[in-house]
Amino acid sequence: MNELLELSAAAALRRIEAGELSADEYFEAHAAAAAGEELNAYLWRAEPGEARPAPDPEPGSGRGAGDLRGMPIAVKDLFCTEGIETTAGSRILEGYRPPYTATAVRRLGEAGARLLGKTNMDEFAMGSSTENSAYGPVLNPWDRARVPGGSSGGSAAAVAGRLAPWAIGTDTGGSIRQPASLCGIVGLKPTYGAISRYGMVAFASSLDQCGPLTRDVTDAALLLRAMQGRDRRDSTSVGIEAGVELPSREDLAGLRVGVARDFSHHAEGVEPGVAETFERALATIEELGGEVEEVELPHASHGISAYYVIAPAEASSNLARYDGVRYGLRVDGERGLVEMYERTRARGFGAEVKRRVMLGTYALSSGYYEAYYGRALRVRTRIAEDFARAFERCDLIVTPTSPSVAFELGARTADPLAMYLSDYFTVPMSLAGIPAISIPAGLATPPGGGPELPVGLQLTTPAFTESKLLDAAHALERAFAFEGAPR
Amino acid sequence: MNERGATSEARYEPVIGLEIHVQLRTRTKMFCGCELSFGDRPNVHTCPICLAHPGSLPTTNERAVLYALEIALALDCEIAPRSIFARKNYFYPDNPKAYQISQYDTPLATAGRLGEVRIHRVHLEEDAAKLVHVSESGRIHGSGESLVDFNRAGTPLVEIVSEPDLRDPAAAREWLQLLRTTIRQIGASDVNMEEGSLRCDANVSLRPAGSSGLGTKTELKNMNSFRFIERGIAAEIERQRAILDAGQEVVQETLHFDPRGGSLTSLRSKEEAHDYRYFPEPDLVPLAPTEAMLARARESLPELPAERRERYAAELGLAAAQATQLAFDAELGDYFERVVESAPDVDAPVIANWVAGDLVAALRDADQDGDSPASSRVEPPALGKLAAMAQRGEVSSGAARSVLAAMVAEGGDPRAIVEREGLGQIDDSGELEAIVGRAIEAEAEAAERVRGGNPKAIGPLVGFVMRETKGRAEGAEVTRLIRERLGA
Ligand SMILES: [Zn+2]
Repeated sequence: MNELLELSAAAALRRIEAGELSADEYFEAHAAAAAGEELNAYLWRAEPGEARPAPDPEPGSGRGAGDLRGMPIAVKDLFCTEGIETTAGSRILEGYRPPYTATAVRRLGEAGARLLGKTNMDEFAMGSSTENSAYGPVLNPWDRARVPGGSSGGSAAAVAGRLAPWAIGTDTGGSIRQPASLCGIVGLKPTYGAISRYGMVAFASSLDQCGPLTRDVTDAALLLRAMQGRDRRDSTSVGIEAGVELPSREDLAGLRVGVARDFSHHAEGVEPGVAETFERALATIEELGGEVEEVELPHASHGISAYYVIAPAEASSNLARYDGVRYGLRVDGERGLVEMYERTRARGFGAEVKRRVMLGTYALSSGYYEAYYGRALRVRTRIAEDFARAFERCDLIVTPTSPSVAFELGARTADPLAMYLSDYFTVPMSLAGIPAISIPAGLATPPGGGPELPVGLQLTTPAFTESKLLDAAHALERAFAFEGAPR
Repeated sequence: MNERGATSEARYEPVIGLEIHVQLRTRTKMFCGCELSFGDRPNVHTCPICLAHPGSLPTTNERAVLYALEIALALDCEIAPRSIFARKNYFYPDNPKAYQISQYDTPLATAGRLGEVRIHRVHLEEDAAKLVHVSESGRIHGSGESLVDFNRAGTPLVEIVSEPDLRDPAAAREWLQLLRTTIRQIGASDVNMEEGSLRCDANVSLRPAGSSGLGTKTELKNMNSFRFIERGIAAEIERQRAILDAGQEVVQETLHFDPRGGSLTSLRSKEEAHDYRYFPEPDLVPLAPTEAMLARARESLPELPAERRERYAAELGLAAAQATQLAFDAELGDYFERVVESAPDVDAPVIANWVAGDLVAALRDADQDGDSPASSRVEPPALGKLAAMAQRGEVSSGAARSVLAAMVAEGGDPRAIVEREGLGQIDDSGELEAIVGRAIEAEAEAAERVRGGNPKAIGPLVGFVMRETKGRAEGAEVTRLIRERLGA
């Protein structure tokens, strides 16, 4: 394997800056790897030798080109890229070439990054295994019989599988953190509003947030720094006012680290390997000078129930525009308009998307709105209040990222509820809108035996304190010294 | 009137509420930067946002918010500190996102009043695209193809809902005209019904006279002129009256008014009503007008028609109808006030007659009725001067009309016209008497009949004198002289 593929992005940048490495050579090494990939991680790849130049910064944006010096980046196929097919993993957008580029991608380009490829994903980001892609499942580079997690499974597999130095994805209820955990890489979901959603194909607008999937915490900080900030095209974007510091912390001295019983190794359904890794992580936190404290998150265990009302409700509305009229798939009806809608959507959407659109439509129906959507919104408020109260007692909270290591392909496809529980630990932070990161904390043997697989640790802090979150994650990353790589 | 009609007219009281949509006159659309267009080629004013491309997001047009605030303030509403945009979900090709961004349970403004009618709510929303049905029948069912023009999609709309405070069709029409003038004064919209920048639906029900309950209401659509509003509501009142008289019940439904036949056809009944699944629009933050925005909206409000009507009646002494006419047509009112200013010696009601009566009539006679006084050649101070000359008796009223006709044709100063045309009033009674003498000779037959006791026969005699004097004589004086000479 080309040794260039082993470099973290920050390490490659240092070499490029020092004149020891050509940016084009680095790009080409990844383009070649992506071209020969066997994980089904990519849906579109830059042709080797045909790297697109980075676009100029938007006038008046105050953004300078060049920090990312032609670095290749893999982008989840949920982000619109002008002139380049953007499918959101769905049949209904097959062949769709957007007339514009998402703000997050444009900002990466303005910072000097170049598009390496568009990554495979669960259709419209609905899923936790990337098995819901209309273009076939993504394989986990650690064990190709297993899933990479989802919905940003293509991005996670590409980074873990040395097919991209880094990638971006989106996280609605865990779609960055859970695949990062299952693939042994770093995944950051920033505060809601930190990065513009403009040009991100919407799944659940009040939850969707863009974020990086990287080899290490420093790379995540670099991408966050390049993408974050207010965007006049997204009214809900505010940016991180204090900016993003590159992490440097090597200990946790003086930090109070919260653990909630229901969100720890004691939680129901946590695999023994995951529980052991989490317990070891708590010991490491204390070794680094952190004080582990018990905190209460009394409503967070209702997160999944609230999430599976709110997200489908918003999705049912967001996905209604795929009607065959203006772009994407159209299947004509013989008996007019309504039949055209029905046939187009019947053929264009996969089973999971249909399930959630129906759930959401029901939850918003007159007579049911209060009982479902209204109630879910109240639970959401309670969860946010739980976190606010907990953060009066601690600086950050840690949980396992996922109850399990990577599971086998097909293991949960017949059981949507089991699949939904994959997001048990990650959903509460999404509902509260606070930042959370998953870092690899170790390896564990899966329940049925076999080679060891990565286990992630999730850290979360109050809104817009990403610099503190990244610092703590950086200290733990050094201590864990996770060097595992897929064979 | 037959007996049965008389009883049922007395027995039922109509209850009418209006729901008005006004297209705002912003430069760009409600949630994207596309320019508003009128009559441009289809689909040239579009972008990823108003075409609902994946990933695109709306952003609120601040100018539209300001206009909406101005309208709400003009309607004396309470402005919500935080109003919420909501999604109204339904599938239709004119609705590209498959939801319309509107406001639902927390509108921009509530609890207002215009004239005698209370305002229920005022909110902001976006317009739909325009469908063009390519078929001979012009209807979507059975048509071969439908084309969509997205130029209109996303045009800012303000929806105004009145309380059901109107009681008859004429009052509804009049109130709508007041609302139109109010909004036109603000400059927020062209408020043109024929072009669709003002649209009005009506809710109509009947209830037993004297009761305060509400009967089953129907909603009337497609009344795209003031005349049709009045006629449509009148037709619906008659229809409901007939149903109730027959002992049957009115069905809640939406009715389409056909202005040609005057008939009402049912569009959809309540059973088929949409469930729009409203929920708060997660892509937009709540609309919280700042103090600065409210202050700006308040400051930019002009004097509104209702206030102006009140001032014309109370301070200038105009009769109610004339006060309304001048106050509800802002341009005409402004013109009137400039004439008043230039002629301090002439009473305002007299000037009102000059402006709203003589000048408007003169423009019509000159085939310039497309012209308003303000756009005519007649300068307000010139009209003021003419009014003053007439009041002082320097021109007869007949001559003054000739002078006005000349001013309409070519503009200019009334005194100069009087001198040039020799239209000064004849105040030499000797000259006038001589002409009266000639008239009695020329129209001997008429003179004889007047002498014989038929006062109506005087016409040809007066006509002769007026022709001879080119209208410079005052008619009353001429009649008096003729009668005197004939001993009648
Ligand atoms: Zn547009």
